Amino acid sequence: MAYRYTIQQHTYHFNTLRELLAKAGPFRSGDALAGVAAADYKERVAAQLALADVPLTNFLTEHVIPYEQDEVTRLIIDSHNAQAFAPVAHFTTGQLRNWLLSDEATPAGLRQLAPGLTPEMVAAVSKLMRNQDLISVARKCEVVTKFRNTIGLKGRLSVRLQPNHPTDDPKGIAASIVDGLLYGSGDAVIGINPATDSPAHVQMLLHMLDSIIQRFEIPTQSCILSHVTTSLQLVQQKAPIDLVFQSIGGTEKTNKSFGIDLALLQEAYEAALSLQRGTLGNNVMYFETGQGSSLSANAHEGVDQQTCEARAYAVARKFSPLLVNTVVGFIGPEYLFDGKQIIRAALEDHFCGKLLGLPMGVDVCYTNHAEADQDDMDNLLTLLGVAGCNYIMGIPGADDIMLNYQSTSFHDVLYVRRVLGLKPAPEFEQWLLKQGIMNEEGTLLPVQDKHKLLQLMNS
Amino acid sequence: MGNIEKHIVQTDPWANLKEFTAARIALGRTGTAEPLQALLQFRLAHAHARDAVYAVLDQPVLLNELRSLQQASFTLQTQAASRSEYLQYPHKGRRLHTASHDQLTEFNSTGYDLCLVLADGLSATAINSHAIPVLKLLLPLFEKASLSVAPVCIVQEGRVAIGDECGHLLKARLVAVLIGERPGLSSPDSLGVYLTWRPAPGLTDEARNCISNIRPEGLNYPAAAERIFYMISESLRLQLSGVGLKDNGRLIS
Repeated sequence: MAYRYTIQQHTYHFNTLRELLAKAGPFRSGDALAGVAAADYKERVAAQLALADVPLTNFLTEHVIPYEQDEVTRLIIDSHNAQAFAPVAHFTTGQLRNWLLSDEATPAGLRQLAPGLTPEMVAAVSKLMRNQDLISVARKCEVVTKFRNTIGLKGRLSVRLQPNHPTDDPKGIAASIVDGLLYGSGDAVIGINPATDSPAHVQMLLHMLDSIIQRFEIPTQSCILSHVTTSLQLVQQKAPIDLVFQSIGGTEKTNKSFGIDLALLQEAYEAALSLQRGTLGNNVMYFETGQGSSLSANAHEGVDQQTCEARAYAVARKFSPLLVNTVVGFIGPEYLFDGKQIIRAALEDHFCGKLLGLPMGVDVCYTNHAEADQDDMDNLLTLLGVAGCNYIMGIPGADDIMLNYQSTSFHDVLYVRRVLGLKPAPEFEQWLLKQGIMNEEGTLLPVQDKHKLLQLMNS
Repeated sequence: MGNIEKHIVQTDPWANLKEFTAARIALGRTGTAEPLQALLQFRLAHAHARDAVYAVLDQPVLLNELRSLQQASFTLQTQAASRSEYLQYPHKGRRLHTASHDQLTEFNSTGYDLCLVLADGLSATAINSHAIPVLKLLLPLFEKASLSVAPVCIVQEGRVAIGDECGHLLKARLVAVLIGERPGLSSPDSLGVYLTWRPAPGLTDEARNCISNIRPEGLNYPAAAERIFYMISESLRLQLSGVGLKDNGRLIS
């Protein structure tokens, strides 16, 4: 249906909810590239004013991509929980924003609400919010997941140890793992982006990580970020797979460009569950997303990149993941041009994911052709720490020598844990204490040159 | 200063592991922070990469060098009027500016085996440093194989697909685009070469073959030239490029 708003005798028209959402979004280069952004500042605010008046129930009947055409839309609509939605069913988008920020919206209430919200509703409300609103509400959401440890508890911040190497050299990878563990990182997952996706190669890496985790009895999990079809094949070969990884998007076409659909993800999910390798819980999936992936695959269907991103969370939600990670600054400046856009997008993604009930982590990152630097990452890292982000990446010196981009370092993790009083996952914290890596106050201890982790490289 | 620093900075007793990886491990720390030297080394690497993104093709030097190799050339513009536009609107870097398009049309090509394109991509530094040394090795191989080469297209604000239009207008059987790759912290000057059989606007990546990481510390000049020549010969022989063309040959006899 059509929406409109009049400012000083000028009436702005928005033909569809899809158009209204796109034009209400804070400016980012990807929406301009797609030709869906507002023409100027006034039109953007007019769209926000109109969007604020849209009843939430409209989102259940007016779909941004037709139900018949897109399985992600079908998933969103078919899995909508009307009972959970009931407390806010009479709200407009604007009223939802005010309610979320009010003291009436408690952590428990938000948890119960999650299945009643759709990605489009949370995308819409995020477009009306300032950065501090996104932080305030996300901070109220606690999403806890478990495999061999407990991730997402209040006052905790976990880390994916990302020991990538350009040729997957086992000793090169092990060196980065030792470095990370001795700096207190690795509780979210030890996760490698493999240089090649060949099953034999991935299997070698899986065995390597499994033996390190077993030998040092580390309460964490491993993941090789290969394509889901590779993982499926390896599950059949009884490879030691803790978590199954996949990049996902918010439209059926985007997922097709990744070589997946919902049925394939379901198959992989069931396969991962069948291995029963978790000791504390059964969250076995690891998903990565990022604004701009749909446009990049020419699969955005006229939907703005932030709404596409929120729709990807509906896909993730179906499979109760241990970790969801928005790789926010990796995609490049044609989607998120500079530090300001990257920071805004990260806060939106974290907020939307959390509100939908997902264990959100953020790869606080940028490429060298984006207008951003380590100072922008410090800002974003600190904001996400305040917002209660579940986990971030830990990479030696913040420099990924395989993927050629910059993220956050083991030192950055120490910084944000220290200034905000955040601790690692409880089981991992105990392990760090036992290993003499960290003390009860969370301070890193000097490592003795005979430390047993250092012997890893001699065997 | 040296002594104070020694006392303040906590070193890591696993510096020996650096032999296994170029990753920034065993940096040491002061409090929770990286020591200043590590921070400044990182900043310097980022400066190299940033400057590479905003570097400009050194056209006078490139033209001179090509002339001395008896190679005619065109200097061309794309529809991206600035670096900022290039970065935000990728499609503008994939099409020629009208004047440049006309220039190639008016040339009235009678057809060539090869069209060579030098495009800045995301690192003009890569072209400025490595394009001529690679061509110096490649051109004699083309001559020996009796392959005709169109005037070299030097393209400012160009992306890979610009080769499709250049090659098409110059009626070339195959286009090779030499282009600056996205700079990493340890590789601000990496050159990539993309080959496309029967170039025409509208082709996509699956129609291409890529030879990446050409620089003295990566794939060095002689190895790169050998690989490029092998792939070009195979593409011309099999009359295809892209997924159907495999890089099986490491050495040519």
